[in-house]
Amino acid sequence: MSVPGKFRFVSSDRRVREDRRFVVGKGNFAADIVPQGVKHVALVTCPHPAARIVSIDKSAALAMPGVLYVLDGPELAGATNMLASGLDTPNVPRYPLALNVARYAGEWVAAVVADNRALAEDAAEAVVIDYETLPFVLDADAAYAGGTLVHEAHGSNVLLDRTFTWGEVDKDFAASPHTFKHRVKWGRSSTVPIETFGVTASWDPWREILDIWASIQMPKYPDQTAMALKIPMSSVRVHYDVDVGGSYGVKRGIKHTILVGYLSKRLGVPVRLIEDRLENMRGGDMHGPERFFDVEVAFDGQGIIRSMKMRALDNVGAYAGRSPFQLGKPVGAIVGPYKIKSVQYQAIAVVTNKTVQEAVRAFGQSPTNYALERTVDEVANKLGLDRLEIRRRNMIRHDEFPYLIPSGSAYDSGDYHTVVDKVLAHAGYDELIAERERLRATGKLAGIGIAACLEPSGGNSSFEPLLNPKVGTTTWMDSCRISVDLVGSITATMHTTSAGQGHETMVGTVVGEVLEVDPDQVRVVRADSLNSLPSNSPVGSRMAIMLGGAAFHAAKKIKDKLVAIAAHDLGVPLERVAYKDGSVYDTTAPDRARSWAELVTMAHRHIHKLPAGMEPGLSVSHIMPVPMGGGLPTADGRVQMYPCYSFEFHLILVTIDPDLGKPEIKRYVLGHDCGTVINPKIVRGMTMGGIAHGIGAALYEEFAYNTDGLLVAQNFMDYLLPSAHEVPPVELVHHETPSPHTVFGQKGSGESGYLGAPAAVASAVNDAVRPLGIVINSLPIKVAQLGDMIAQALESNAREKQKGN
Amino acid sequence: MKVELNINNATHAVEVEPRTSLLDCLRDKLLLTGAHAGCEHGVCGACTVLVDGAAVRSCLMFAVQADGYAITTIEGLAPGPGELSPLQDAFCETHGMQCGYCTPAMILAAHALLSKNAQPTREEIVDAISGNICRCTGYTQIVEAIALAAERMRGQNDPVRP
Repeated sequence: MSVPGKFRFVSSDRRVREDRRFVVGKGNFAADIVPQGVKHVALVTCPHPAARIVSIDKSAALAMPGVLYVLDGPELAGATNMLASGLDTPNVPRYPLALNVARYAGEWVAAVVADNRALAEDAAEAVVIDYETLPFVLDADAAYAGGTLVHEAHGSNVLLDRTFTWGEVDKDFAASPHTFKHRVKWGRSSTVPIETFGVTASWDPWREILDIWASIQMPKYPDQTAMALKIPMSSVRVHYDVDVGGSYGVKRGIKHTILVGYLSKRLGVPVRLIEDRLENMRGGDMHGPERFFDVEVAFDGQGIIRSMKMRALDNVGAYAGRSPFQLGKPVGAIVGPYKIKSVQYQAIAVVTNKTVQEAVRAFGQSPTNYALERTVDEVANKLGLDRLEIRRRNMIRHDEFPYLIPSGSAYDSGDYHTVVDKVLAHAGYDELIAERERLRATGKLAGIGIAACLEPSGGNSSFEPLLNPKVGTTTWMDSCRISVDLVGSITATMHTTSAGQGHETMVGTVVGEVLEVDPDQVRVVRADSLNSLPSNSPVGSRMAIMLGGAAFHAAKKIKDKLVAIAAHDLGVPLERVAYKDGSVYDTTAPDRARSWAELVTMAHRHIHKLPAGMEPGLSVSHIMPVPMGGGLPTADGRVQMYPCYSFEFHLILVTIDPDLGKPEIKRYVLGHDCGTVINPKIVRGMTMGGIAHGIGAALYEEFAYNTDGLLVAQNFMDYLLPSAHEVPPVELVHHETPSPHTVFGQKGSGESGYLGAPAAVASAVNDAVRPLGIVINSLPIKVAQLGDMIAQALESNAREKQKGN
Repeated sequence: MKVELNINNATHAVEVEPRTSLLDCLRDKLLLTGAHAGCEHGVCGACTVLVDGAAVRSCLMFAVQADGYAITTIEGLAPGPGELSPLQDAFCETHGMQCGYCTPAMILAAHALLSKNAQPTREEIVDAISGNICRCTGYTQIVEAIALAAERMRGQNDPVRP
């Protein structure tokens, strides 16, 4: 997949070392870790979308066998600080258990602790809670308008309402002969990993350490745990060698952790909470964005889009976590791959009586891409232009990078037109159109879907200071430590968990590349939070850039030290020696060399042979800041938000059975450019998985609520996940435009596929039903709804025809 | 109550409650943690084990119902410490997984297929794993792994030509 000969191990199709433990069932997942004497939590949840908690009667539950304790909201809130929220919203307090008022159906009201999970569940049913139901609001428009308030003390339902104007929006609109405006909706779905969230906490009152094993993927996890539990961060030991069974953003069980952490301290035993599926889906607080986009664009007769106004209204559910920041990330790629000169962006987050939103793969970028791509399709339609041609005309050209977008980020590199051309050549675009026409001639509905989008990667969390001026974050580092022991083996340490991204393989590959040793000889381990260097966890498609970069620089420090030792011992200047395959030789007399073993021994044992003042041993660390980062947003909200921008271009063919309304993806071609690929198997896998996830969001997955405010899709019978039948074979077309800002030219790819697949599917379905006069601007496009729309359209078309006769 | 379970060719006498699922029994009583709970209502397939060679959801079967059957878990597939079965090796070769959570079940479902069908088509492979949900991979590299394993296992039985 890469330029041959450029690297020795990077980009080669090597196996993924983590796989060996998983194929034999020896992963180390949160539920597999069972400390002696651990007790189990089950939850009592609110059955109403909004209710005052009048009383909690624990007596029957406490009398049941094996039950230790029943915890309620007032006790927990009295003993802990409220959970951190991203925005400055002190009057929207959030605790793990509802405090006096429950604000969504499924919210945790009490926690039962028992000898095993089954006994805890039995007792949870015996906790008697008296509720007084309250008015509730589910819809974002209604919540924004006011009326029923989710948090009285906050005074409104609006957590965030900020309008940015970048460039001469009014002038560009006035100067454009055409405008187009529409509303599109992104439905409430999430990543829904197969492993639910699980956490075990064990407080040792003599050592004063809280040990935590959790299926966590979260920045700031140990610090937020310490702050909420009112203990020093040096008393929190998060074990990072826990395998996380899928996350894609959402595994941020901070409320679960505070709950079991408190219980362990309170009861003096290890306590664990492994969510069941119901707890996970309605009360785990891991739903994704649910957004209305009102998009208006101004363009000329050639289809050149000059300006855009986008209003994004996000329904974040009942409490404010980090999720409103998901309206901030898209600022870093607000114009997608297009040269739109000016943008007005209004970002609104409202609370409603729905389950709380959490970070989902791409952190809000995928919905925004969908809104933008739907708009581009409609502009093409309005002008009667080909959807490909309009994209080509608006896309940034290869020679225009670095390209500064109106919202302040400079895109690093890209070659969008070449990727598009490669995809068209691979797919045989004319043949694909002919195939669509053939299918239409047989009475099927058929459509071609097109979507182009960017994957901002390696971010420094600049949406924090952008949306909350009290936060001054300007970097978002990651780290690596490398030690070479006295017999010469190499151990690299990483400082966070992984959820299937193959970070151990990546670190091994990078260290092997730099030190010119077989990557399989590099041991990679994970620290715990008490002996770790700073990390911000695998978020924002950052690990190839940030952990890969940190590993590179740490390995380079080891290499530099070996070179210095050799030069000193050989008695020649530094510039006269060279490093090769672990040994160092005199370039003027290659026979004069010091081997790896000799150099390692000198470093560890022979201080008399080391350059004066050199530290003995071979242990180094590197803490890497985000490339291109460091600046705060300007007053009008411009900031370099991400260093690297990957590109993807989707081209698909969809048929729809007109009687059932069932879409079927007949062909899926994806052009993908994430710069230098470190491990092709990993990048391919994440891209394929992202597409499957995107197909789910486009066609199947929705946390639907009924008018009573109850979540009606709370198990896998109602919340539909794509199986192997629903995901078509995907043809990947590879391209590499290296980033100038990273050590190997790599960019991020953890969110690839998911960023564009929903837009591509929506594009194809709309192309298929457009002949019937149908426009679909809402995701997911469910079979039943689509079937009804087609039937109605066919019926009314037939009536029209009859009238005409 | 007491049950005798034949698991991976060894007999285990276990004391379980009548309501204990086979999954909970395997994980909690026998520490065979390769079987995973995903949905616990029979949809995701993460808890799949083999019962007399057939792929079965261990979350939908009581431990007491398993008495008298030959149960195979993922722990029973590797030929020895540090070794992999051809199917397990094929999953590593194609990287037919990411987080590894659905993987043991996926391999057992594939194992059940290949023990009956040495030359499955893509459709047959897709059918065999369609009751196992994977959120990471989009299934592509899983299907490739099973096809590769089938090919290699067929090759194993070919006569050596001079």
